[in-house]
Amino acid sequence: MKIAVSSEGPGLESQVDPRFGRAAGFVIVDMESMNTEYVDNGASQVMAQGAGIETAERLSALGVGAVLSGYVGPKAFTALQAAGMQIYQDLDGRSVGDAVRCYAGGTLNPATASNK
Amino acid sequence: MRIAFASGKGGAGKTTVAASLAAIWPHPCLIVDADVEAPNLHLFLHPHLEAAQSVYLTVPELDSEKCTACGDCAAMCSYKAIAKLGAGLIVFADMCHGCGGCFEVCQANALKKGKRELGSLQWGSWSLKMGADQNSDQNLNQALGQTSSQTSGKNSGKTLLMGKSRVGEAMSPPLLRAIDGALAAISVGDAASVPDILIDSPPGVSCPAMTTARMADALVLVAESTPFGTYDFKLAHAAFKKLNMPLAVVMNRAGMPGNESGDAALEKYCAAEGLPLLARLPFDLQAAEAYARGYLPLLEQSANALIWQRRFGLLYDAVQRWAGGKIGQIAEPCSAVNICASGTTGAGHA
Ligand code: SF4
Ligand code: SF4
Repeated sequence: MKIAVSSEGPGLESQVDPRFGRAAGFVIVDMESMNTEYVDNGASQVMAQGAGIETAERLSALGVGAVLSGYVGPKAFTALQAAGMQIYQDLDGRSVGDAVRCYAGGTLNPATASNK
Repeated sequence: MRIAFASGKGGAGKTTVAASLAAIWPHPCLIVDADVEAPNLHLFLHPHLEAAQSVYLTVPELDSEKCTACGDCAAMCSYKAIAKLGAGLIVFADMCHGCGGCFEVCQANALKKGKRELGSLQWGSWSLKMGADQNSDQNLNQALGQTSSQTSGKNSGKTLLMGKSRVGEAMSPPLLRAIDGALAAISVGDAASVPDILIDSPPGVSCPAMTTARMADALVLVAESTPFGTYDFKLAHAAFKKLNMPLAVVMNRAGMPGNESGDAALEKYCAAEGLPLLARLPFDLQAAEAYARGYLPLLEQSANALIWQRRFGLLYDAVQRWAGGKIGQIAEPCSAVNICASGTTGAGHA
């Protein structure tokens, strides 16, 4: 399965971006191969409204199954749920690599409601 | 004649100015509260309000039986009110701007017309007596008699139209367009029977303020001459200038202690920009206190009130001279200027 981590930069050593919809980009990690790729989210960052929804659409189209971020707004949360993704919040304040390790370790609980 | 009153930010005094002018307006007059996020004119004018009429926006409702999840509607919606996620479609009706585009593109007829309440319109009639039970019309007419050519006994025919956003509703331009529609409806027939319309705008220079200004023939900017007030006023002037409509200025709280240079600076700016300065309303602690208690300074029962009635009588004359000359000169006031993309693109369907 692929997971997406909102990120301030392109690699595992970058910091988790606390924002979901207006994140600078996402590091997409394939949990089987551990390959990473970076998806820029600049187009959503500048939207007047609907940034979270568009970001959810983008990740959904990439076949992402889980999202790791800091704060996920209510509309984005609804959209991610509708797309069948698991959502992990409050992961800001650490590197993307750390967040992925926490996820892989199985200690994180998926969120049931938006924390924003 | 339709005149809007605006300011760069809240607190400059546009509500006091608009309401006070309406109070002494010697012809039938409709005052419109277009500050739909926080309407407050009714608190000063005490109208007999009729039942509120809800205003709705047409928004899509998904019939998932018919939807083929082609995604065409999601792709065309600029506001992300429809999203295609995986195999499913999700509609965020509260983000819809009512452009109607999605209905056009759906081949499967899977979008039904639903509605979202934007807010309400409410009409009311009022008279001076309601604003200040003790104040006599006689005093008022006396004051007017000294300043205005149109006098006594014609203070009847005062109505108020209040727009009010639903709590939690983020968009006000469609509700403002409903106000515009109501104004258009009363503006038919021969000119003599149409009341003069004074509009209290939303504060600031964003979409709602611009939408409101465009309903009017002329715009009065109410400005305070403090450093902050002047700064906001200049920003507002720069924004409203683009509408290419007659603009004038009322300086409020002039002569505030310690701000002598501020008055002069504001006057200089107006002169340099060719902006008529219709009045300098002085800073008056008693007036501020009256306002805080929910009274217009000119409707208070005090000697002070008479002075304020005179001042607004003079302002009425100045407005007549200015607007009477200006309105009509500009045939196409502002329709060509696209000042607010998000406020105009959603217009079609609303
Ligand atoms: S009416 Fe316009 S804004 Fe509303 S959902 Fe349809 S396309 Fe989007
Ligand atoms: S355009 Fe019609 S059929 Fe296609 S996804 Fe939208 S609602 Fe469904």
